[in-house]
Amino acid sequence: MLNPISQAFRKAKQENRAALLTYTVAGDSSKKQSLEILKSISVNADILEVGIPHNTPVADGSQIQTSAYRAIKNGIKMNDIFKIITDFKKLNKNKPIILMGYFNMILQYGENNFLNKCNSSGVNGLIVVDLPWPENKDFAKKCKKKFIYFIQLLSPTTTKQRLKKIIRDSHPMNYFISMLSTTGGKLKVSPNNILKNYKKIKKIDPKKKIVIGFGITEKTIGKLKSADGLVVGSAICKEISKSLKHRQNPVTNVSKLVKKLKSKIL
Amino acid sequence: MKLKKRIPLIDQADKFGFWGGKFGGNFVPETLKKPIEDLEILFNKLKKDKKFIAERDKYFKNWIGSPTRFIKLENLTKHVGGAQIWSKVVSDANGGAHKIYNATVHCLLAKKSGKKFIIGDTGAGYAGKMLSMAAKKFGLKCKIFMGAKDIARQQPNVKAMKKNGAEVIPVYSGSQTLVDAVSECMRYWVANCDTAAMCVGSTVGPAVFVRICGWSTSQISRELKVQLIDEFGSVPKKLKLYNCVGGGSSSFGFWNEFIDYDKKRCEFIGVEAGGPAKSKKHAAPLTYGSKIGILHGAVQYVNQNSDGQIEETESISAGLDYPGISPLHCFLKDTKRARYTAASDEDALSAYKTVTKFEKLRPSLEPSHAFSVAIKEAKKLTKDTIVVVNSCGDAYKDRGILEKRLGKKYVKSN
Repeated sequence: MLNPISQAFRKAKQENRAALLTYTVAGDSSKKQSLEILKSISVNADILEVGIPHNTPVADGSQIQTSAYRAIKNGIKMNDIFKIITDFKKLNKNKPIILMGYFNMILQYGENNFLNKCNSSGVNGLIVVDLPWPENKDFAKKCKKKFIYFIQLLSPTTTKQRLKKIIRDSHPMNYFISMLSTTGGKLKVSPNNILKNYKKIKKIDPKKKIVIGFGITEKTIGKLKSADGLVVGSAICKEISKSLKHRQNPVTNVSKLVKKLKSKIL
Repeated sequence: MKLKKRIPLIDQADKFGFWGGKFGGNFVPETLKKPIEDLEILFNKLKKDKKFIAERDKYFKNWIGSPTRFIKLENLTKHVGGAQIWSKVVSDANGGAHKIYNATVHCLLAKKSGKKFIIGDTGAGYAGKMLSMAAKKFGLKCKIFMGAKDIARQQPNVKAMKKNGAEVIPVYSGSQTLVDAVSECMRYWVANCDTAAMCVGSTVGPAVFVRICGWSTSQISRELKVQLIDEFGSVPKKLKLYNCVGGGSSSFGFWNEFIDYDKKRCEFIGVEAGGPAKSKKHAAPLTYGSKIGILHGAVQYVNQNSDGQIEETESISAGLDYPGISPLHCFLKDTKRARYTAASDEDALSAYKTVTKFEKLRPSLEPSHAFSVAIKEAKKLTKDTIVVVNSCGDAYKDRGILEKRLGKKYVKSN
């Protein structure tokens, strides 16, 4: 069977649009609420990225850090994260889920144990922020055996030669970091420039799907809609923080935001 | 896992940056791969370049003030009654601590790479103070990341950084100490690696930073070896080198030249921060059997929970208050070349009292940890044993804490 991630891209392409990928932190603001958020945004999001909160993140900006600290403070553990995914998948078997996190969390769980658990709970892809190529070769192979995509990150600092090697080894989906920034930074490069870089990468192997992330908001998403997929993370985490501050329901507010994001790329 | 002879320890890592095939590495976001590779190429080239080494030595001698003193602590030796107690007074160095070596080398590297701006982390404030000094000396703009808790407890160094023209960025995330300062500094580099050079303040972080820092602080043991031979005619037959260990930069530098000696002849004792006697929290991952994990891009022993979240530490000394430890020290521990133990906050304070009572030396709270263990062990050792303690920092920065914990007389008496 085709990985649901590839199915989602296929569907978006048929509809002649970019796939919408959302990122939320597992357990933010509580275990129950983060499951509710996933359920409700899955109506409009094509692929759900679920963040494993970590307390020494080296690539996340303040919005995602706030979400992660909130989730950890509320007691989220690795097994709770798998439980959230299992519960979600019971109702949405074909909605693809990508787990995203830092390698220490996987190491402590045990690589094989972790992958088995990913498999049984229904995880379809993995992004490991601090496990770059070529260090990730062995782990990526293990993922493949479990029918899980290991998603390679590509950055504006990645040299052309390196891009080629990474893409050669990569699975069907890769993630292009739009600019030099932690997650959620202000978009300091013009969307046109981002797309120019995106096209260069795309040319190396047009069959592989490339999503763009970092700094994408309601305001900027429309200008990038010619990409295979677009990831929005910090803007959603910010919405959760804002809702909590104003004693509003994060589930409703985040769903509205995702609906709006979707409308901009249609 | 084995140490190799006649190869500097910093160069014993494999092509992925692992020591002993296991510790260190480069667990970094893709964005940092290129800047790290660039820095590696530059460093590998320059560390073999005689002109660069001459330039480094010129600054070490004329600006930092090498060599720092190697002195016998006669009164303390008499009081303890056992081994001879000596000290390498690294706090003589310009700025008052060993951090100046690494800061100077990073600024030299930044200049060579054409960068005009350097960033760094700091715990006790020494790494930040020295980087701000070196940046000023070499005409670089400077930004220092420091935990909000450390800013409050190490004010003298914060003032010094600002006086040197550096911008001090308070870090409010997590425990608001060194661990968070390093994370924030790395994050800043992720977003600004095209214009900024990064200095990691200790022998921690991605492999190249471990190597640069170790290469820089090794000046301490190069000097010590010469001084030992001057004093005793040769490297003593029974030599014990005591050093505090936080990230591990001063201890590594203090030991590097002696690694090839048999440990029976030259023993290394690393003293970690055990934290308050009554607290379960500590900053001693090697002593208290912390598990192996990844922190700030490198595999190491690190305080963490079963899930892999990094745990908060506690220590009276901001400079040792770090949940992880250099991959170099993990390697030295697992190969049994060095022995590691811990001293509590109270032990360190009491050692500070003893040392300042008998000697005209004022070790900061970090080396006071090493003095505590050295004094205890020296008692049981023979007179022909040479105990050397690296007094790697001056207590000026700790005067607020010392006054609060010990009373005014201990601050004024020196």
